[in-house]
Amino acid sequence: MSEIACVECGAEIRLDEDVIQNEILPCPDCGVELEVMSLDPVQLALAPEVEEDWGE
Amino acid sequence: MTRVAMVITRVRAEEKMLLEVFRQRGTDPELIRDEELVINPSVIDPRWDEFDIVLQRSLSTSRGLYLLELFDAWGVPTVNSLRTASICSDKFKTSLALAKAGVPQPEVRIAFTPQSALEAVTELGYPAVLKPMIGSWGRLLAKVSDADAAEAVLEHRQTLGNYPYHVHFVQSYVEKPRGRDIRAFVVAGETICAIYRSSSHWVTNTARGASVEQCPVTAELQDLCRRASEAVGGGVLAMDVFETEGGFVLNEINHTMEFRNSIEPTGVDIAGRIVDYALALAAQLERGEGE
Repeated sequence: MSEIACVECGAEIRLDEDVIQNEILPCPDCGVELEVMSLDPVQLALAPEVEEDWGE
Repeated sequence: MTRVAMVITRVRAEEKMLLEVFRQRGTDPELIRDEELVINPSVIDPRWDEFDIVLQRSLSTSRGLYLLELFDAWGVPTVNSLRTASICSDKFKTSLALAKAGVPQPEVRIAFTPQSALEAVTELGYPAVLKPMIGSWGRLLAKVSDADAAEAVLEHRQTLGNYPYHVHFVQSYVEKPRGRDIRAFVVAGETICAIYRSSSHWVTNTARGASVEQCPVTAELQDLCRRASEAVGGGVLAMDVFETEGGFVLNEINHTMEFRNSIEPTGVDIAGRIVDYALALAAQLERGEGE
């Protein structure tokens, strides 16, 4: 398990060992959605805005 | 071991659950990230040709459809099928398929200009619902209560929208008892569970904050969903159903369903049912039994 700062509010986020690239994670502090951009090193970014044709 | 691939745009809670279940069943799916692809339609990617089944989970409807076209052309089995996705991604095609199969649905009209759409709304009566032909999560739905509102929405669609927004899908508004509708989860024609979605807002998507509780799967609901599933080509589907005095009517069908909020209230392992269906279909096709 590793920790990384939320790119929005700076809160420490604990990542599970099975975290994978492109996974969407909510920040437990500010609630923003984050995307795991890479695993080595671990990098987070704000999850993208919903695009026009995204959905179920 | 069954060779499985899963096409993704992002890894949501659903994709994470599906991956975990596939691994529990002894197969580790390859993730195909649609954003990274550069496709040559003339050449079959030998790596892709090895897959026994591809689970299409793109967030993007258009990317999902193009990739299903590709897999279909190459003879690679997919969940859902190209036919199912093609019908369910388009409200007109869905409505047509349901109509042909005699599955009850709200009254629908399609029109190609604001003027003819306004005539369609007048014919159906107010309030009515204007929807984009393609879209999800309740985006750009408009409930119009009079001609002034309808004219305004149609003008906005015409001015702001791309061409798909200029094809107008007009639906009669169905009053929801207790402010709720039903979402039924259907795998291979069987309704495996269902939830009530309740909201004080007329749009009851869970993506928009509707509350959720278990809905009993009655024989009537099971029958409606089985017939609807057959009408659109089967597979793994989420069906939105309205309750009316005359019985159930089928509103929409989703072919890349989200289900994270429905596992706890229903107690059903939805990811497990999807994975088992995909693996069974792959085994069936391997034996040459067809779908």
